[in-house]
Amino acid sequence: MAATPKIELAGVTKSFDANHVLKGVNLTVAPQESLVIIGTSGCGKSVLMKCLNGLIRPDTGSVKIEGEEVLDQGRAALEDLRQHFGMTFQFGALFDSLPIWENVTFRLRHQKALGKAAARDIAAQTITQLGLAPSVIDQYPAELSGGMQKRVALARAIVDEPEILLFDEPTSGLDPITGGVIDRLIIDARKRLGATTVTISHDMASVRRIADKVAMLHNGVIIWAGPADNMNESGVPEVHQFVHGLTEGPLTNNWTIYQAGS
Amino acid sequence: MHRFVQNLGRTALNSFAAIGHISLFSIMAIRWILTPPYYWQQLLRQIIDIGYYSLPVVGLTTLFSGMVLALQSYTGFARFSAEDTVATVVVLSVTRELGPVLAGLMVAGRIGASMAAEIGTMRVTDQIDALETLSTRPMQYLVAPRLVAGTICLPFLVLIGDVIGVFGGYLVGVYRLGFNPSVYLARTLEYLEVSDVTLGLIKAAVFGFLIALMGCYHGYHSGLGAQGVGRATTNAVVSASILILIANYVVTTIFFGG
Ligand SMILES: Nc1ncnc2c1ncn2[C@@H]1O[C@H](COP(=O)(O)OP(=O)(O)O)[C@@H](O)[C@H]1O
Ligand SMILES: [Mg+2]
Repeated sequence: MAATPKIELAGVTKSFDANHVLKGVNLTVAPQESLVIIGTSGCGKSVLMKCLNGLIRPDTGSVKIEGEEVLDQGRAALEDLRQHFGMTFQFGALFDSLPIWENVTFRLRHQKALGKAAARDIAAQTITQLGLAPSVIDQYPAELSGGMQKRVALARAIVDEPEILLFDEPTSGLDPITGGVIDRLIIDARKRLGATTVTISHDMASVRRIADKVAMLHNGVIIWAGPADNMNESGVPEVHQFVHGLTEGPLTNNWTIYQAGS
Repeated sequence: MHRFVQNLGRTALNSFAAIGHISLFSIMAIRWILTPPYYWQQLLRQIIDIGYYSLPVVGLTTLFSGMVLALQSYTGFARFSAEDTVATVVVLSVTRELGPVLAGLMVAGRIGASMAAEIGTMRVTDQIDALETLSTRPMQYLVAPRLVAGTICLPFLVLIGDVIGVFGGYLVGVYRLGFNPSVYLARTLEYLEVSDVTLGLIKAAVFGFLIALMGCYHGYHSGLGAQGVGRATTNAVVSASILILIANYVVTTIFFGG
């Protein structure tokens, strides 16, 4: 491999009490690559994503961003590093108490002391690019539909053009058309910003659209990672089952065993 | 019996651990209060929420407490013909004790609960994580303004509550018990010392800090889901109320005889 990977995880583990969620995750993402992480619900995808920008500290292992170990860094360095990340959360995580324009320009306002008029302009511009009416900037998150909230969250993540974008299930719970629009926005944003993206998704149509590379998390480890085009010929039964959405297979076997044993 | 001792031991250990966590949390919070950037807008919002919107609750509570206090102390002191002391008893009890404690408990119910619910909801919906990804320290943005606002608002609330409580006593004294208005007022001020009022205000500041601390602490460490937020809210109110009563005794002891 020529260039230093943008993101490199080695042997990352994380447990919550007796719940061993990550058991040694190894994963690399090249600069400007679009990685999609797939896996069944509750397998730890969100936890893994939060390890990338230090929201969750792994118990052991190494997380490197551009070759720099994140886990060795102090709080100040970690805060600096986070400036290079944009992230959307599974459930939006918009600030309830702030109108949309303040949500979208939160970092610009507080970190770069952007004035109110300028911030409102930028917010209106950004959400218009995402297909929302400019008047939405004066509404509050609770007044928007799920799809609108996801788009606002996306706007908040990309507004100051970070180098690394993390999207946690950006299209889940949306109708296929809105989902398709969001996929296009992600592809667009990546092309325009030249960003490296990591996306979590259950939605295979969406995965095929946005992924260069796919990694499947299962039982706390990455059981397969490779180019999106090779996904159908992975040779790994779990990946096969997931990709084709089959009800019979090793993933659901585990479920029955789990249910019978609990 | 064995089980009982074991449980007792575990409870004791857990309580010590909790005291440690809370102390650490408050030391961290105080550090962030003193470090820029300062979020003035957040502070203003909290001051309005705690100071302004608690006025009706505190006013009503102290008004009726002052009134009932006048009646009760009259009943008591009439038994040894010391009815004259009613005004003095009312003003001293209200400023030294009832004003701060009642205002503290009412505000604990109102503000402690809403802080825990708001911050807890932010925790379980990832808004606190989102703050961090947007390069903002939650302790500084959420917790610091609430602690400052709680500490400065409660003394003002109590001062206003003192006046209203004394006024309640005056109403009952004059219109129900037949005191001469100017005599009642003179008696109210005759034995009142500045230190009585300041003691009440010091208590109020301590209570305000504790209420905000409990609201923030329990919200910040809220468990997952709506259930977690509910538990955080209950814990915030209960622990703030208990701490207020303990702190009330401690502060009174420190200033006793002074
Ligand atoms: N803050 C937390 N505290 C305790 N357990 C957690 C926490 N976050 C996640 N978990 C647990 O980790 C596991 C993986 O969760 P998650 O990463 O959200 O799954 P998903 O793959 O659906 O995103 C779940 O069992 C969840 O209960
Ligand atoms: Mg998830």
